[in-house]
Amino acid sequence: MNQTTVSMNVRLVTAETGIIDIQGEITAAAENILMDAYSEATKAGTQNIVLNFNDLEYMNSSGIGLLVTLLIRTQRQKQHLFACGLSSHYQQIFELTRLNEAILIYPDEQAALAAVKK
Amino acid sequence: MTAFSSESPDQHPRDEANWAPPVSRLKVGDVPMGAMNLNVDGREVVGPLQGFGQLWQKTYRVSLSGAQSTPQEVVHYWKEHLPDLMPDNSRFYPSLSGVRPGEVVLINATLPGIPGGVPVSTGVMVLYADDEMFTVMTPAGHPESGFNTFSAYEDGGETVAQIQSLARANDPIYEFGFRFMGGSSQQERIWHSVLLALASNFGVNGQVQVQKTCVDARLQWSHTGNIWQNALVRTVINTPVRVFNKVTKR
Repeated sequence: MNQTTVSMNVRLVTAETGIIDIQGEITAAAENILMDAYSEATKAGTQNIVLNFNDLEYMNSSGIGLLVTLLIRTQRQKQHLFACGLSSHYQQIFELTRLNEAILIYPDEQAALAAVKK
Repeated sequence: MTAFSSESPDQHPRDEANWAPPVSRLKVGDVPMGAMNLNVDGREVVGPLQGFGQLWQKTYRVSLSGAQSTPQEVVHYWKEHLPDLMPDNSRFYPSLSGVRPGEVVLINATLPGIPGGVPVSTGVMVLYADDEMFTVMTPAGHPESGFNTFSAYEDGGETVAQIQSLARANDPIYEFGFRFMGGSSQQERIWHSVLLALASNFGVNGQVQVQKTCVDARLQWSHTGNIWQNALVRTVINTPVRVFNKVTKR
């Protein structure tokens, strides 16, 4: 049987900003790893979280649900959530599900980090 | 840099066509026999972020132990027989195309509040569908704002059927109804009933397990204006108009 793999790398680029690089698939199975990555990214008091979807292979509707719960967690902590590297298909899905109204979307990491600094 | 990774059995069909195409407002095509098409056509879809009330994640599960059916077979049956599995106070009317991404499922339901219930005509859009799950998203004016996911998966050699909602009441009237008028418990009874009916079709006398988590306890006061699109109010107001039209057409 094939294995689906999701991996997330957490990088702290400044004391205020962490990046979570997402590789693989965001489905219900990714819940623990996404929340662990978020906890790691914010344990130093980080205020801005950038989700880098550059290596996202697939996301289903449960994955969108996970992003909603992550967003609520960040809002409770008065943090800001950014997204970058989404393919045009997933940009459309963010618009369809109206996640784009709460998560700011940028084409790439540089653009997201520039927005964070403003 | 810190890395986190996990592996799980390959379960998820990957196809962009599993998602509904981009849509700004819902369009109802064919109206199934017996369904009332009200409060859906031309409405925007709304997710868990756009409603008014507390955001809840509620998960209902039933184990189909001994059924010998795969998750794919269960979800296939669920899609094909969705209207048959719903209780009388919550009728679902999929389009002739069935439960497919982008299709609208009309809903004619009765909500608690007065003896006999209050009628509400609404619907949902199929946001996502693959062989093991399908998710519907609500339109503006629907009692809830969010997603409902119907799925099946294998756990310890048994197939488990699951309904998971991630939603909040769409406006203050609905929030009041869910909290104080029995709306929340009626909703739970509906999903219990659906899962038990599904299990029964696979020859299982199942027991439903429920998990409820309040994801966001805040009320979103900026969405109070959703009340103007309240499908329940509009259905009630529309009722005498429909009766009059029926009488004058005779």
